[in-house]
Amino acid sequence: MSTLTTPPAAPGAGVSLLSRSLPRWAPAATLAGSAAVVAAVLVAVGAFGLAQWTVLSVLLFAVTITAASASVEGGRRAKDRLVTTLVYVCFGLAMIPLVSVLWTTVQNGVLRLDPYFLQTSMRNVLARDDAGGAYHAIMGTLIVTGWATVISVPVGLMTAIYLVEYGRGRLAQAITFFVDVMTGIPSIVAGLFIAALWLQLFGAGNFMGFAGSCALSVLMIPVVVRSSEEMLKLVPNELREASYALGVPKWRTIVKVVLPTSIAGVTTGVMIAIARIIGETAPLLVTAGFTDSINFNAFDSRMITLPVYVYRQISQGGQIPFERAWAAALTLIVIVMALNLLARLVSRIFAPRTGR
Amino acid sequence: MAKRIDVSGLNVYYGAFRAVEDVSMTIEPRSVTAFIGPSGCGKSTYLRALNRMHEVIPGTRVEGKVLLDDQDIYAANVDPVAVRGQIGMVFQRPNPFPTMSIYDNVIAGVRLNGRRMPKAELDALVERALRGANLWNEVKDRLNRPGAGLSGGQQQRLCIARAIAVRPDVLLMDEPCSALDPISTLAIEDLIAELKTEYTIVIVTHNMQQAARVSETTAFFNLSAPGKGGMLVEMGDTNKIFTNPDKKDTENYITGRFG
Ligand SMILES: Nc1ncnc2c1ncn2[C@@H]1O[C@H](COP(=O)(O)OP(=O)(O)O)[C@@H](O)[C@H]1O
Ligand SMILES: [Mg+2]
Repeated sequence: MSTLTTPPAAPGAGVSLLSRSLPRWAPAATLAGSAAVVAAVLVAVGAFGLAQWTVLSVLLFAVTITAASASVEGGRRAKDRLVTTLVYVCFGLAMIPLVSVLWTTVQNGVLRLDPYFLQTSMRNVLARDDAGGAYHAIMGTLIVTGWATVISVPVGLMTAIYLVEYGRGRLAQAITFFVDVMTGIPSIVAGLFIAALWLQLFGAGNFMGFAGSCALSVLMIPVVVRSSEEMLKLVPNELREASYALGVPKWRTIVKVVLPTSIAGVTTGVMIAIARIIGETAPLLVTAGFTDSINFNAFDSRMITLPVYVYRQISQGGQIPFERAWAAALTLIVIVMALNLLARLVSRIFAPRTGR
Repeated sequence: MAKRIDVSGLNVYYGAFRAVEDVSMTIEPRSVTAFIGPSGCGKSTYLRALNRMHEVIPGTRVEGKVLLDDQDIYAANVDPVAVRGQIGMVFQRPNPFPTMSIYDNVIAGVRLNGRRMPKAELDALVERALRGANLWNEVKDRLNRPGAGLSGGQQQRLCIARAIAVRPDVLLMDEPCSALDPISTLAIEDLIAELKTEYTIVIVTHNMQQAARVSETTAFFNLSAPGKGGMLVEMGDTNKIFTNPDKKDTENYITGRFG
């Protein structure tokens, strides 16, 4: 046996691992202190306002905590404090529009959002009448979006399956390229495309809900393809091989192993795609048109959806149309949120179980 | 059940790269044949060529003949899906289907193929396969729990149960124990010893003791040259290969001088 060599001294051996640090309450105290100081100064110079108070407090806080940290804890921790502050500030900035939009919508929307509004159409209602609702637009939204989903999900999902499971070489590359291009098509162009197609097929003035659905499909299909493709790629190859090794043909492997394993992600992707198109206005204006009446038939005459309804009301001017517009906007947000919850439920139910 | 495999002049290519060079061998029924050799010498590739599993990787190509008893599995109108139904495979990492319960995993071969069977028959099949894989006693009370919730060793035995539930003639195992602890490894080795009474078993292993313990015949693969594909160096009775091999390379590998 050779003698054991003594291990080389670790760098900085003998130096304590402990280092000085600010107490845990330091950030909170500094923030409170900064806010108080800024408030006092602003009041003293007679320029107090919520905006300047917030901005200056945060600035003072960032400077103080960084300086304090630099003197007590050293450079690395000081940078950490500064960047942490920065990240929180950015998060706050990002939240402002979100909260503001929600707040404004709820505030203005609840004025008119009641069972009457949800159950009445605008038929025989004058714009300024204290009456009328969005029932026809809610139904139109559900029908037009529903048909768009019925078209887009099979097409998009099968395209994704082709790309992941079968696609090789030129054709697959071309499809990927065109899907990318489609993702970037302005929605009004999709609308005009379908409008032109309808003009060719049925002649002028033939608005119908289904035309709107087709226009929305042009926008929805690439989103479905992209998200499903990512989800199918996440399915481990080992599962496909396990299935092949049992003598299972490829198509059954896809239908019974690959799709069930990825169903949660695919569902989420579809829901995101629906959320993306349910708020479209422009392509529907030129394809489905608008109407004040209830129409359940997507294949005959005009059909209105909530975004178009909002646009119509706002463009009429006046307090009551304004309130109707916000109420419809709130309804739309609620529908999207309900769909999202539904999607979560679906993926929860289908998600692979580990049992651990 | 339990068929002989006769391989002659088998070459396997990944694109232009010849990963397996001109291998010929006979694999006896109702016995265990072990493949040993350094990493990257084409054992997995060769094994997968025995049930046409390599075909799922694009760009692969095979030359040569593989006879299952008297049928050439590479003959013109042979369906690879049918071949895989007769020659099952167990993989290195346990891969139970995550969406299925233990019960459904075992009958996956039936279900995925869309075959219908009365419930009683399915129950019997599940019990038989799980008993065959020495797993029945551990899971009989939780057949409806997810297969992915078992330990690694149990998962691997579940995969073996799944493979034998379709009643193949041959079972190919690619390093089935390399992801498992010693206790689970012993359980699988015991299982292999029982299964060989009914099946033709081929096992790839990096563990010499394991090859010596479980197999009747051992085949030693090696790279034909650095950067080239693998070839069969020597094949014979396990005792002979481990005590008195004909080739110097085999002896060096077995005594741990390289690889
Ligand atoms: N999918 C693949 N595509 C291209 N080359 C591969 C692929 N799989 C394996 N190879 C190559 O084939 C050779 C043999 O690999 P493999 O059969 O996995 O060896 P082993 O199982 O003996 O470790 C290696 O050189 C490896 O790089
Ligand atoms: Mg291998």
